[in-house]
Amino acid sequence: MSEATAATVKEAYVAPRPAPALSRLLMSGNDAVSRAVWEAGVRVAAGYPGTPATEMLEVISTYPNIYAEWSVNEKVSLEVAFGAAMAGSRSFCAMKHVGMNVASDALMTMTLTGVAGGLVIAIADDVGLSSSQNEQDSRYWGRFAHVPVLEPADSQEAYAFTLAAFELSERFQVPVILRLTTRICHVKCLVTVGERAEKPVAGFTKDVSRWVMVPGAAGRRLPLMFERENALRAEAEVSSLNFVEPGSDKRVGFITSGPAYMHVRESFPNAPILKLGLSCPVPFKRVRDFAAQCDQMVVVEEVEPLIETEVKAQGIAVLGKDILPRSGELSPTVLKPAIAKLLGEPVAEASKSLPMQVFPRPPTMCAACPHLGVYYTLAQLRNVTISGDIGCYTLGFGQPWNALDACISMGASMGMALGLDKGRAESEQDKKIVAVIGDSTFMHMGMQGLLDIVYNRGNVTVMILDNRAVGMTGGQNNPGNGRGIHGEETPRVDFATLVKALGVREERVHVVDPYELPTLFKTLRQETKIAEPSVIITNQPCVLVDDYRARKPFKVIEDKCTGCGNCVDVGCPAIHVTRRDKVVRGSGKEVDRSFVRIESSACTGCGLCVQPCAPDAIVHVDTLSMPIHVVKGS
Amino acid sequence: MSDITNILVVGTGGQGVMTATEILAEAAIAFGHDVKKTEVAGMAQRGGVVSSHLRFGPKVLSPQITPGTADVLLGFEAAEGMRWRHMLRPNGLALMNTGRLVPPVVDIGLFEYPEDPVASVRAAGTRVFSFDATAIAKELGEARLGNTVMLGAISDYLPFSAEVLELCILKRFAKKKPEVIELNRQAFAAGRAAAALAAQAETA
Repeated sequence: MSEATAATVKEAYVAPRPAPALSRLLMSGNDAVSRAVWEAGVRVAAGYPGTPATEMLEVISTYPNIYAEWSVNEKVSLEVAFGAAMAGSRSFCAMKHVGMNVASDALMTMTLTGVAGGLVIAIADDVGLSSSQNEQDSRYWGRFAHVPVLEPADSQEAYAFTLAAFELSERFQVPVILRLTTRICHVKCLVTVGERAEKPVAGFTKDVSRWVMVPGAAGRRLPLMFERENALRAEAEVSSLNFVEPGSDKRVGFITSGPAYMHVRESFPNAPILKLGLSCPVPFKRVRDFAAQCDQMVVVEEVEPLIETEVKAQGIAVLGKDILPRSGELSPTVLKPAIAKLLGEPVAEASKSLPMQVFPRPPTMCAACPHLGVYYTLAQLRNVTISGDIGCYTLGFGQPWNALDACISMGASMGMALGLDKGRAESEQDKKIVAVIGDSTFMHMGMQGLLDIVYNRGNVTVMILDNRAVGMTGGQNNPGNGRGIHGEETPRVDFATLVKALGVREERVHVVDPYELPTLFKTLRQETKIAEPSVIITNQPCVLVDDYRARKPFKVIEDKCTGCGNCVDVGCPAIHVTRRDKVVRGSGKEVDRSFVRIESSACTGCGLCVQPCAPDAIVHVDTLSMPIHVVKGS
Repeated sequence: MSDITNILVVGTGGQGVMTATEILAEAAIAFGHDVKKTEVAGMAQRGGVVSSHLRFGPKVLSPQITPGTADVLLGFEAAEGMRWRHMLRPNGLALMNTGRLVPPVVDIGLFEYPEDPVASVRAAGTRVFSFDATAIAKELGEARLGNTVMLGAISDYLPFSAEVLELCILKRFAKKKPEVIELNRQAFAAGRAAAALAAQAETA
């Protein structure tokens, strides 16, 4: 299991020199936050990959004089950052919105201890669900944990607010949430940067009444937390992060935060705006003063009505989600008609042209993806429920496999599978339960679930798809590939040994090459028949990472293709149907035929489609006849 | 808002749409414009739909282009050009690659690929300059030159000079082999010529 794969391991990482101060750079919000983290003198940064937050740790890892790590999950990353902050270092951690659910256990108590060195938690909300299982508003955590929330509106503010967040964190000794959204993280605009200022580190001060949160000590810190919240509200009343832009058209004044500000400013150039950068706690006095400047107020925020509800609770009249959508991204296209309707004006018909009807183009697995073999095989199993997880392999629910039945959260495939087993109906006693999880997701939150399956004698067959990368977010390193954030060598997890240590019997653990379909099928059929926990580990790398070695591509001999369509069931995007027809067999049965070709320039020779091809019509391309194809890395 | 230029670049994951838009942004910055660039790219690496918005001018606020206000639509794939036509303003220009990328949902027979995306866009009343950028890139020996071909195609329909855009592209390859730079130079010129030829055909 420990074959040498380290062709491109960098032994000692040397950071490139950062752009000089006063440079004006085209930066995404993630780039800008990362630059500010470096400038703020942060010494420790941790995170787990997740769209749209991933690039923050990737970029921070390229700066000098800062320790950066991929943690195994968000909770650990926050605990690492908190530990550094206890030691007096400035520290940072970044995660996507659902990551904060995992990390929240740590947050809810570190709000009581507070921090010594500044601690900033960047949470990136995927407003509009471009790449997530749900839509959440992370500003709730500010209310729940009684910590301040800063909401930048673009990259320049993301940069400035990150610096301000560290100041605030140290002044009030509180973890600060920097709330980002996809339209901050992934929008690029010009940012003027500054210089790094090193921060002296005081060191850890032993103080059990503060750092050891047993009930008595924690109870004594609760009043301090509420005092701090009052002080933060007073700060929000005077902070320059909150400001009013006066306007001549006083019919509607807007209270807004985050990227929604840009949409409001663009849509209503003459309207007064109260822009909240430090939006939690809400500065009610400022809201009252603003109310006096306009006829009525509308709160424009993404995505939950948080400011709105709190302002309404103060007895201040505002509108918000009463007239704006309850979910999804805001934009001028959404705001202009809503406000026109409120004012009783005719709704301007911005665009009469409707989108033309075109087929959907859902994301697909890559050509030669090792998951293709897994799902081709799972699709052959009958009488099975497949509990899935978060990663590229979630796509197995779709066509042509239809081989994944549930997916909710990181690592949930394990517990859900056990529940499906224990809660099975009388009529489903023979049903097979399979759980499918990726390597990184397994280490993130799946291990405990497998332990639970073993401990409670579940009848579940677990597939760990070890592709040696966090594939969906761009192939980040993790403990499963034995490489750290800079590509440096680090101890590698041996999954077979690990699952045996969790209690799976040795005979029930199999490591299988997912490109060997007969072995995969045989193993899966055998293990799903046995009423005890089994683990099947697949061992081929993601095609997008350096470990992957492309092989000689294939082509279809047109004359030999009988149109059986078996290869199409693999679901490889390099296989294209050229012609479709129906024939009536001798038995009188009508059969659909799909004749195919292989896009040889996209094929990397995994050989999956060759195996089910009935007439042996798929053969290697004569490489000499191929145009020169530059393979990655050359 | 007429002092803001809106460029929409569309295609599928892996075609280099986001990189091309970034280069356009760099060129706009070189001319002193304020710039915002944003994508809708859900899981784009997996062959899904990618649309990249570029807005530039004296001061840009919202990063998203409002439907019906794009000045130029640069379509890296035929059906994707069609998918986003409604984003163009009246009299906007669509520059469309006729090259096709057929997704698995079409291959397995669940959906049809449109018969002639360029004709459909034209029939909807849009001015289209179309050319086979995929074939041009392949002729130069490297499919990945497609995005440079597309940038060449748009270079004469921007409020700044084509030469600066070309410099911004070549700057990216400054550390690469001279052959790579030369190939990109050729790809840019070929794209520019293809769009000019298509423009002549359209007005003839």
